[in-house]
Amino acid sequence: MTLKLSYQLMKSTEVQSTLERLAGEILKANADRQVVLVGIHRRGVPMAQRMASTIAAMTQTEPQLGVLDINLYRDDLTRVAFQPVVRRTDVPPTIDDHDVILIDDVLYTGRTIRAALDALCDFGRMRSIQLAVMIDRGHRELPIEANFIGKKIATKSNEVVEVKLREIDGEDAIYVMEKPD
Amino acid sequence: MLTHKDLLGIATLSREEIVEILDTADSFQEVSSRPIKKVPTLRGKTVINLFFEASTRTRTSFEIAGKRLSADVVNISASTSSVSKGETLIDTARTLDAMAADCVVVRHASSGAPKTLAGLTKASIVNGGDGAHEHPTQALLDAFTIRQRKKRLNDLKVAIIGDIAHSRVARSNVHLLTKFGSHVWLCSAPTLMPVEAKNLVGPENSQYLHVTHSMDEAIKDADVIMMLRVQFERMSESFFPSVREYFRYWGLTRQRVEKAKPDVIIMHPGPINRGVEIATDVADGPYSVILDQVTAGVAVRMSVLYLLLGSHGSTD
Repeated sequence: MTLKLSYQLMKSTEVQSTLERLAGEILKANADRQVVLVGIHRRGVPMAQRMASTIAAMTQTEPQLGVLDINLYRDDLTRVAFQPVVRRTDVPPTIDDHDVILIDDVLYTGRTIRAALDALCDFGRMRSIQLAVMIDRGHRELPIEANFIGKKIATKSNEVVEVKLREIDGEDAIYVMEKPD
Repeated sequence: MLTHKDLLGIATLSREEIVEILDTADSFQEVSSRPIKKVPTLRGKTVINLFFEASTRTRTSFEIAGKRLSADVVNISASTSSVSKGETLIDTARTLDAMAADCVVVRHASSGAPKTLAGLTKASIVNGGDGAHEHPTQALLDAFTIRQRKKRLNDLKVAIIGDIAHSRVARSNVHLLTKFGSHVWLCSAPTLMPVEAKNLVGPENSQYLHVTHSMDEAIKDADVIMMLRVQFERMSESFFPSVREYFRYWGLTRQRVEKAKPDVIIMHPGPINRGVEIATDVADGPYSVILDQVTAGVAVRMSVLYLLLGSHGSTD
């Protein structure tokens, strides 16, 4: 399936400044707390790394990082045609009693975050879990909301929000694409 | 992408499929190191271990792999099942299929038994070792262990030494390693070497397969030494005069290991016969990765169950 470009939502400079702004908001809301930034594969991972370096520059301390693959916790494994590729999960062993910031690129139905919450709970009891996303595009199917949002936009259900990050895609940009009928 | 319903052998897998299984196993290793060693992935799936031959590590390893993925695992051994009342293999498999099993892991003394079942059941069949044919998950966990230590599967010299004639492990490993372009040296007493050993793989990979009766030739500059158990239970006649003589000519001792590369790894699919094919100080020594193989077995079998029990082939 080829997607048609609908419009460009963010340019490279906006992507970076949004990530820095999110990092600042996380820091402000969690003053004096031990945060662990956990990125969801794939694009949540470089987002977490960049937010960690912003936080490190502001506080002179490097926050702990983790990566999470949610495929083993999906609710649609018996319905997808082929088993999704399982990537490595690496959550710091000291996550108990810490404040975890879960990071993903796009918040849509909320099902990925539901799976991520189940996955995280298997690693211990965190003091809190908060959610930071680049784009909130609506259409929730579960009662899940983000604590930190880069940009909230209205979308149609035949649209796809593509967040591009240079670590994975070679460029920083956000596009709204349209599925042909 | 793994699109097969069953895993019957290595011979029918492509390099890409093997790499996919090993990469997925890499990710699954982490699950076994968690405080709660369980993920909900295969909730509601039923895996049946149908073992017609004795087994400790393969059966236990499949059972642990299934349980860590939240599948329900049932073990059947021939001695306590209706097989002892005279039920045929095919009827047993159809019965399990009628109970809506999703996967049946079969070990059987006859080569080809899993393939026969695969054609008759809706359940995925995994070959847990059939006769002297194949033992695919053993070769996959061996490859996983080799890749972990050597960072590659090509351009290695691998010596497989011991009871080649009765060994399905040797056959599966020959298929896998020659597919990736590693040189495999099969070495055993003439009585324990199949006559057609050189023809185990097709002409496209035969340049990678070597047969010798000299242990020194097989071990010289080897990256990997794989020792095989002498399978006394499959020997109806005498293949060598005595265990002491066997050990003197074909046993792996520290002196022999010194002829291999300095970073050689020593493998054994288990169970080990200490003092028959391998000396105790070698089996427990610094080059030995025998227990790493066991650890890898759980991750590799999790990967196989996960990839086979997707819904491909079903209607939705």
